[in-house]
Amino acid sequence: MSAHAHEHKVKRYTGLMDWLTTVDHKKIGILYMIAGLFFFLIGGLEAILIRVQLMEPNNDFVSADTFNELITMHGTTMIFLAAMPLLFALMNAVIPLQIGARDVAFPFLNSLGFWTFFFGGLLLNLSWFASAVPDAGWTSYVPLASNTYSSGHGVDYYVIGLQIAGIGTLLGGINFMATIINMRAPGMSFMRMPMFTWAIFITSALIVFAFPVLTVGLVALMFDRLFEANFFEAGNGGNEVLWEHIFWVFGHPEVYILIMPAFGIISEIVSTFSRKRLFGYSSMVFATVLIAFLGFMVWAHHMFTVGLGPVANALFSIATMLIAVPTGVKIFNWLFTLWGGSIRFTTASLFAIGFIPTFVMGGVTGVMLASAPADFQYHDSYFVVAHFHYVIVGGLIFGIFAGLHYWWPKMFGRMLNEGLGKITFWTFFTGFHLTFFVQHFLGLLGMPRRVFTYLPNQGFDTMNMISTIGAFLMGIGTIAFLLNVFITWAKPRNAAADAWEDGRTLEWTIPSPPPEYNFKQTPLVRGYDAWWKEKMDGNKEMTPAEPVGPIHMPSPSIIPLVMSIGLFIAGYGFMYDNLIVGGVGLLITLGGMFFRSVFDDHGFHIEPEDQDKGVHA
Amino acid sequence: MSAHDHAEGLPHQPETATLEGRNKILGFWIFLGAETVLFGTLFSAYLALRHNVMDGPHPSELFQLPMVFAATMILLTSSLTSVFAVQALHSHKKNAMVGWLLVTILLGLGFLGLEIYEFSEYVHEGHGFTTSAFSSAFYTLVGFHGAHVAFGILWIGLLILQIFKKDLTVVTAPKIYVSAIYWHFIDVVWVFIFTVVYLMGKVG
Repeated sequence: MSAHAHEHKVKRYTGLMDWLTTVDHKKIGILYMIAGLFFFLIGGLEAILIRVQLMEPNNDFVSADTFNELITMHGTTMIFLAAMPLLFALMNAVIPLQIGARDVAFPFLNSLGFWTFFFGGLLLNLSWFASAVPDAGWTSYVPLASNTYSSGHGVDYYVIGLQIAGIGTLLGGINFMATIINMRAPGMSFMRMPMFTWAIFITSALIVFAFPVLTVGLVALMFDRLFEANFFEAGNGGNEVLWEHIFWVFGHPEVYILIMPAFGIISEIVSTFSRKRLFGYSSMVFATVLIAFLGFMVWAHHMFTVGLGPVANALFSIATMLIAVPTGVKIFNWLFTLWGGSIRFTTASLFAIGFIPTFVMGGVTGVMLASAPADFQYHDSYFVVAHFHYVIVGGLIFGIFAGLHYWWPKMFGRMLNEGLGKITFWTFFTGFHLTFFVQHFLGLLGMPRRVFTYLPNQGFDTMNMISTIGAFLMGIGTIAFLLNVFITWAKPRNAAADAWEDGRTLEWTIPSPPPEYNFKQTPLVRGYDAWWKEKMDGNKEMTPAEPVGPIHMPSPSIIPLVMSIGLFIAGYGFMYDNLIVGGVGLLITLGGMFFRSVFDDHGFHIEPEDQDKGVHA
Repeated sequence: MSAHDHAEGLPHQPETATLEGRNKILGFWIFLGAETVLFGTLFSAYLALRHNVMDGPHPSELFQLPMVFAATMILLTSSLTSVFAVQALHSHKKNAMVGWLLVTILLGLGFLGLEIYEFSEYVHEGHGFTTSAFSSAFYTLVGFHGAHVAFGILWIGLLILQIFKKDLTVVTAPKIYVSAIYWHFIDVVWVFIFTVVYLMGKVG
């Protein structure tokens, strides 16, 4: 079937155009990583400013208004524009390689997803320059976020920026579900998939079923704000609690969208650096599915103090506590994998091992918060802030750092410096616990969250100072990581295919970085941990499942970028009541869809004689 | 690929003949899963707000079931004609397929016309988008569905033009097939709108 389309000429771009038009999952992964790190730095800077303001009582480093803007943008940026894209970076870089595929199911949509995320995030952050910054919190509760109490354009930036970025996330979820179902190499049954692939499969399902809820919530809030609809206007029959329900029906699964990939990363790294098969693989899979399922049934535990009544609170309380069971299964599986293993303490494995007790602490405070009567005490205090930073930073960000150090040689062909990596780990790990451990006690002493300052001599002063010192230490850890990246950049590309020598999965069977077609011949998978199995059987490479032949590749395209710019323009138009600009923006996007539909991409072929060009063995 | 490029060599189900086609169909089903959640949320918001009519007309005074029933029958029939189109696709009858697709979008246009007429009548009766929480939720839910119908009409129209230009191939067949699934989906959503919005509005 493949030997015919030679007549299609190969479109190749270089330099900047290559990056703007790429549909290669590996390059899109790198784009996600750069954009994600960029927003991570912005969100981190906002965190430092928040901590400087709270360093001492009665501080006036920033005004109360600016403080509200900082906490809103810190939360929104970190969750939607830093954590999610960094996860998408690792998904893109690794998943097709782990399942033995040449690309994702929809390379074009993959590119579109990146660019819509990027322009959504850009729009949201341009609010700083428009002096109209969202300041209603990352949850944007009404009526605070309604026109009555937020009359400027700040919340409009939040609503429209997240809407555009959300399109990209949804496309990514659909893409990776289809990829994992349809594109696995021969022999890779579902129960032979690496744990990271399973985690991303379940994460993608969560994205597909959770993000449309946010879409509707944002549409409703946008209609209220821009077109005077009444969804949340109590005076006209609207209902504010409806927003809270919609937000958390999305928001709670979102928490699992963030943590599931980290679970997957930790599973890979713990197993690799213990040189042991992951303990309880099938229970790990089952626990992942169960957490995802339960994750949709617990949203109202964010709303215990709203007044839903004792029956609702009791049910949501019990459902929430149930999640501790499959999560505990995972924790013990990691511990049993480490048990008796010959453990190597690389930076990646330090982050993975540091993750385990840290995440357990976040889980324990989670169960405490799940108890509805106790939650009336913890609610809106620093105890909650400590809890969710333990699960999101101590869970997800540790996971991302672990994953970046682990897969860096696969993505770039260069090993990160282990010495600097260990400095990154110890400063970030220590800084993290300094920052957030004391916040549990600040909360229990009664310090409310989201206050811009506090009076002296309430027992808050010392702990706030400690917390701020910790935040700076985390900043130093991040700088050490960036330094590591820049220093490594100057080094030769000499990472081996199996860069850690103990690789277990298919990504370690191909060169670092992989050629654009990934696998010259699709591998035959003969068991779980496919590459480890071959190595144990004394084989130097995978058994191919197909002969060498021409490889079909999709063409690069500028259309995803153009469509995303269209949405960006449309967002601005609608925000500033200029329907003409809004319409033009939408027309650009629809025009992009039109071109994509009418002009079919036949792609091109890489002939066997060209397949080794430029490949670093 | 070229062996399958023309109708005489097409496999029985050309939409699933290539990996790209199978990916497209699977990805589209997943997308419809997301769309189901989207409409589910819109329905939830409508159900939460539908009694809050404020000074506007009550749904039982507003809705005219005969016209809505006519719109329903038109849309249900269009789903049937899109099935005929897919059957024609499977037996490689290009002209019959294009014919049924044309009937489908004509019925879709008829439905859309009735909906626009209905909305303008409501506005005259004092049921505007900003009248109450009920009216905002009503127009958003039914309007989202109407926008889906309009998009479907444009999309299938574009596909008809492509069929004339590119013929029926393993590249164009999956496009026709997923547009038919899409059309069924918006039909199913309408069945729920007819029940939850209109019938429950009359009796509840």
